[in-house]
Amino acid sequence: MKIHEYQAKAILARYGVTTPRGEVAFTKEEAREAAQRLKSPVVVVKAQIHAGGRGKAGGVKLARSADEAAEHASNILGMTLVTPQTGPQGRVVRRLLVEEGLDIKRELYLGLLVDRETGRPVFMASASGGMEIEEVAKTNPGAILREPIHPAVGLQPYQARKIAFGLGLSGELAAVATPFLQALYRAFLDTDASLVEINPCVVTGDGKLVALDAKMTFDDNGLFRHKDLRELRDLDEEDPLEVEASKYGLNYIKLDGTVACMVNGAGLAMATMDIIKYAGGSPANFLDVGGGASAEQVKNAFRILLSDPEVRAVFINIFGGILRCDVLATGVVAAAKDLQVKIPVVVRMEGTNVERGQQILRESGLNFTIADGMKDGAQKVVALAGGAR
Amino acid sequence: MSVLVNEKTRVLVQGFTGREGTFHAQQMIEYGTNVVGGVTPGKGGTKHLERPVFNTVAEAVKATGADASVIFVPPPYAADAILEAIDAQLPLTVCITEGIPVLDMVRVGEVLGKSKTRLIGPNCPGIISPGKCKIGIMPGRIHKQGNVGVVSRSGTLTYEAVHQLTELGIGQSTCIGIGGDPIIGTTHLDSMKLFNDDPDTHAIILIGEIGGNAEERAAEWIKVHVKKPVVGFIAGQTAPPGRRMGHAGAIISGGQGTAKDKYAAMNAAGIQTVETPADLGSTVAAALK
Repeated sequence: MKIHEYQAKAILARYGVTTPRGEVAFTKEEAREAAQRLKSPVVVVKAQIHAGGRGKAGGVKLARSADEAAEHASNILGMTLVTPQTGPQGRVVRRLLVEEGLDIKRELYLGLLVDRETGRPVFMASASGGMEIEEVAKTNPGAILREPIHPAVGLQPYQARKIAFGLGLSGELAAVATPFLQALYRAFLDTDASLVEINPCVVTGDGKLVALDAKMTFDDNGLFRHKDLRELRDLDEEDPLEVEASKYGLNYIKLDGTVACMVNGAGLAMATMDIIKYAGGSPANFLDVGGGASAEQVKNAFRILLSDPEVRAVFINIFGGILRCDVLATGVVAAAKDLQVKIPVVVRMEGTNVERGQQILRESGLNFTIADGMKDGAQKVVALAGGAR
Repeated sequence: MSVLVNEKTRVLVQGFTGREGTFHAQQMIEYGTNVVGGVTPGKGGTKHLERPVFNTVAEAVKATGADASVIFVPPPYAADAILEAIDAQLPLTVCITEGIPVLDMVRVGEVLGKSKTRLIGPNCPGIISPGKCKIGIMPGRIHKQGNVGVVSRSGTLTYEAVHQLTELGIGQSTCIGIGGDPIIGTTHLDSMKLFNDDPDTHAIILIGEIGGNAEERAAEWIKVHVKKPVVGFIAGQTAPPGRRMGHAGAIISGGQGTAKDKYAAMNAAGIQTVETPADLGSTVAAALK
C-alpha cells in the first residue's frame, strides 16, 4: 500500500526524522491559511499523488506570499498530473502539501528496502539526490552505497557512519546522520514498510539534514497489524475496478487490452495474459480468483471484468485442483445469466470434474465457446475479440 | 527415486485441526502420505483424523518420530510456526500459508540459515513425489510416478505442466512448489542441485515468473553443472512494471526481474525455453527421446 508524502513525513517525524514544517491542504483557502501559519519567506506548494516526477509535470510551485500560495493551490488542485510514473492517463490532484522552503546546499538519496537475494534489509544511499535511483544504478552503479542490515542487531552506528562519510558528510553533519538514519530504519521496521525513500534528503545552509521528500510503501501482508496505517489508504489513487475487486478478495489489475481473463492462480493468470499476447491479442486485465473461489466470487469477478468498457471477449482459464470444474461452471452460468453477458466467453477448464463442468456449460443455453487447452482457448478468444490488433 | 520426500517420510501437520489443515491432511492421507499426527496448541492429547494431536512440535516429533511438517497456520502466526519447526530440528518443513509479512520472513531467514531444517515455501502448493508422498495442496491424481523433476514458483502453473506430462504418459520424480513470496526457503537453484544429483530424475522443468533474480541464479549454475535436459518457462512477459501480479514476489521493480532478462539467462545456459506453458509437456517429451 502506498501513502502520500505528507503522511509519510508525519510518520517519519514521529521517529525523529527531521522534516520541513508543513501542512496538508484540500482547498485553496486551507493552502492560504497553512502558508500564513508557516511564516516562512518562501513556501512550497506540492501536489500529493501516489507517483513521482511531480515537479517536472508542474505539480510543485514556490510561493513568496500566502496569496501566491493560494493561487498555486487553486491551479494545482483538480489538475491532472501526467508523470512517467502515472501512465498516460495521469492522476487528478486532490490534496496539497504546503511547507516551508529550505536553503538547500546538497541533495542526497536515501532508501531502505528488503534485498531479496540476501533476505535482509538494505540501506541504499547516493550523493546524487533528486535523481531516480534506477537512473543512477544504470549510469553510475558505483555511486550507490549499499549497507545490508542484520535483522538481529539492526542498523549499527558504524554502518550509519559508513554511509555518512561515504556521502561526503563531515563534522556535525556526520554526527547527526547516525540518529537520522537509525530513525529511518526504526520507522521502516515498525511499519512493515517495503520501501522508505528520501529523495532528496537535503543538507541545508544552516547545517541540518532534512527529509525534503518522503515515500513510504507498506507490505500489504503486514497491514493486518497496523490499523492506523490502513486508515491512510487513499482510494482516489487506485483504479476504481481494482478497489471494487479488492472488496471481494479478488486480485485484479487493470490493463489496456480487449481480452478479459479470469484465472485461478497468479502464475497461471500471468501466463494467460502472455498467451493472449502470443495469439495476437492484448489482455485487458490480470485476475486471480484464487484456489478456492466460490460461485459468488466468480460472479463478482465476472461483473468486474465486464464493467471495463474496452473488453470485447472473456477468457476463463481454470485449472481445477481444489476448485472443482462443476462448481466453477455453475458459477459462470449463473453469473452470465444474471449479468446478461452479450460478449463472447471462451472457457478452458482442466482438472477435477471437467466433463461435468463442460456439460453444464453446454446445456446452459448460453453462448460459451469451450476450448481444448490453453493455446486453443487463447486463439479462439483473440479471434472473437476482433482478431489481432 | 525422488528428492526430499518419499514413502518413508513421516509428516506432521501444523495447524492440524483448522479448516484448511483438516481438509488437506485428509487429502494427503487419502493419497497415501504417512501423516503421523498434528499440532494445534491447546488441543494436545486429543485425536483428529484418527491421529494424535500435540500442543507443541517438539512433543510431536518426540512421540511420532516425524521428519517433516506441513504448515497450515494463518499468516499472523505462520512465521512462529516455521520457527517452531526449526527449533524441533525437523529436517523438512513445508509452509503453505500465503500472506506472511516480509519482515517476519527476514527474521525466519536468519534462523533458518543456521539450522538443520530445509524450508519449502511459504505461499506454495508444497512438494510431491508421485505415488509415494504428497505434502501440500496439489491435486494428487494429476501426477504420475516417473523421471521428470518440476520446480516452480506458481501452483497452478505446476499443475498445468504436470498434467501435460501425465497426459503424455511421462511421470514425475518430484515436483517442488517453491512459492511466490520474495523471501523463500528452498530456491530454484537449491531444487536444481537436488534434481541434478538424483539419478532417477532424467529431465527438469523450471517454471519461473517475473521479480527477483532467482531464475538467473539457477541458470548460471545449470550452465556449468547440469547435463540433463532442462525446459524453462517464465510467466509475466506482458506484466506491467511496478505492479505486484498476485504473488508478493512477482513484481518488476527498478527495471529488475523482467521476463526478458530471465529468458536471456536461461537461453544462455542452454535451457530449452518455451513461450507458452502449453508447450512444456511436448518439449520435455521431445527432449527425452
